[in-house]
Amino acid sequence: MQRATIVIAARETSFYGAVAFFFVLAAFPFYWMVITSFKENSDLYNVTNVPFWFNQPPTLEHFRYLFEKTLFTTWLLNSLIIGLCVTAITLITALPAAYSLARMTGRNGEALGIGIFLTYLVPPTLLFLPLSRVIAELGLQNSMWSLVLVYPTFTIPFCTWLLMGFFKALPPEIEEAAIVDGCSLFGAFIKMAIPLSLPGILTVVIFTFTLTLQEFVYALTFVSASDQKPITLGVATDLIRGDIFYWGEIMAGALIASIPVAIAYNLFLDRFISGITGGAVK
Amino acid sequence: MAVIAEPIAKPVSRFRFILDRRDVLGAVFVAPAILYVLLLVGLPLLMAVYYSLSAYTIYNPTWQFVGLSNFQDIIENSVFRETLYNTFIFTFGSQILGLVLGKFGALLLLRRFPGRKFVRALVILPWAVPIALATVAWQWMFDSLYSVINWTMIALGIITREQAPNWLGNPDLAMLSVIVVNAWRFFPFAIVIFLAGITAVPQDVLDAATVDGAGFWRRNYQIIMPMILPIVAIGLIFGIVFTFTDLSIVFLMTMGGPVGATSVLGFAGFQTGIVSGDVSHGAAISLFMLPVLLIVVVAMLRFIRRREI
Repeated sequence: MQRATIVIAARETSFYGAVAFFFVLAAFPFYWMVITSFKENSDLYNVTNVPFWFNQPPTLEHFRYLFEKTLFTTWLLNSLIIGLCVTAITLITALPAAYSLARMTGRNGEALGIGIFLTYLVPPTLLFLPLSRVIAELGLQNSMWSLVLVYPTFTIPFCTWLLMGFFKALPPEIEEAAIVDGCSLFGAFIKMAIPLSLPGILTVVIFTFTLTLQEFVYALTFVSASDQKPITLGVATDLIRGDIFYWGEIMAGALIASIPVAIAYNLFLDRFISGITGGAVK
Repeated sequence: MAVIAEPIAKPVSRFRFILDRRDVLGAVFVAPAILYVLLLVGLPLLMAVYYSLSAYTIYNPTWQFVGLSNFQDIIENSVFRETLYNTFIFTFGSQILGLVLGKFGALLLLRRFPGRKFVRALVILPWAVPIALATVAWQWMFDSLYSVINWTMIALGIITREQAPNWLGNPDLAMLSVIVVNAWRFFPFAIVIFLAGITAVPQDVLDAATVDGAGFWRRNYQIIMPMILPIVAIGLIFGIVFTFTDLSIVFLMTMGGPVGATSVLGFAGFQTGIVSGDVSHGAAISLFMLPVLLIVVVAMLRFIRRREI
């Protein structure tokens, strides 16, 4: 009896120990962002200080610097504009495409859908050379509008695939009833299918937005003017002056840019997973 | 067959009539998406192939065809061979580490315990947060002087300050660092994939196996693993594609250094093609990703087909 209790206690301890390990592994870099961004420089750059907590009172100096002395607000605004435009382009193209592939094109639709989805796997590092030429031809080099043009190349395939799943899950009888009642095919799509798949559309909006925030390679390749950079690129590359890293400011910027994406992901994670696994798991 | 009644022709415009045909409207609906993807993915892909066979640089933008000589140049270059080797080490190292962490994490999160939802939400973070920003945080953690990792090891008495490693300055440690960061980025994805797979295994199958005398490990490796293999394979395919072609982690943490020790295909293509402007050689370097991508795509199609049967 005594022995069994010890075994159970040991098992519980190792279980929670393992959970704690994962917890620290995942969260520590973010804790590090937070603590760095609120620390005085003299506290940061002192190897004798315990780095895990404040040795001097916390400060908002880095945030103030970020908003007043750098282009941080411009980058935020750029990212917002890019995200909104890409979301609009994605919805306008992917919604009808997904509906068509789910409902109107029969068996070919499935194959075509897989074909479109596979283009999501074509990496930016293979396409950036020719695309930079395309962008130069269009006169968009060094402008954030180049990203508005290029980002739909991965958001359209992804969102078409995601929305296809949504439309397939919708019972076709509803649209059929609308058509019997005198609605055109187009009208059935606008008045029936779209309102009924609003949760799917919301998911797509959130994911398009976060995908544009996460993108780095195209932004790095096409945009080098500081005032045209999206936030991820600006924070990662533009807060370094000369060879000196301003860690307080960099971490503060990274923190602000990370928070919305982290929240969005946690809310819509399950939809994302069933999207990329193609509904292999229901 | 006798016609009972003539269908009454409705007075509608021809335009509407065309749009009411299922196949026509279907094609109209799908056309913008296909065009977008063809013009900005398909066409550039062909251009990349042609660049790699031409003598194109930004200083001399000719389309002169030079055959396979660009490929010959880069294969004969020992720096490139190292890059290719690094890419494989980087990809497989981080995927294996990520999968192991993912499997363990998923097993832990399967059990109900207080605070499970909170832990799950936090564990997703490395994958959710833009990788460029998380990489910068890691770069700061690997700092040559103020590294928190070194500080902890010194404080625990494992090493002295003189022995403190320069994570990003030593070739082997730099490779280890970028692998760790990439595995760290992917393990939440692996956890989620494993969780989705395991929870989809029907409970009665597991119960039947338990009744038949299968223990924990046997259930795990002879029942659950084969059943979740397709979904894990799809997750792995994503991981491999995005790691094999990655640029951001290496670019931000090590710039391919020290002396090319962490240079990977995406980074080398960027340096040669964009920074140095030698577009044709850059394209040839990038195209070395294509065989791996093709294998992956074929594997993906096989899994999707299997799912349909």
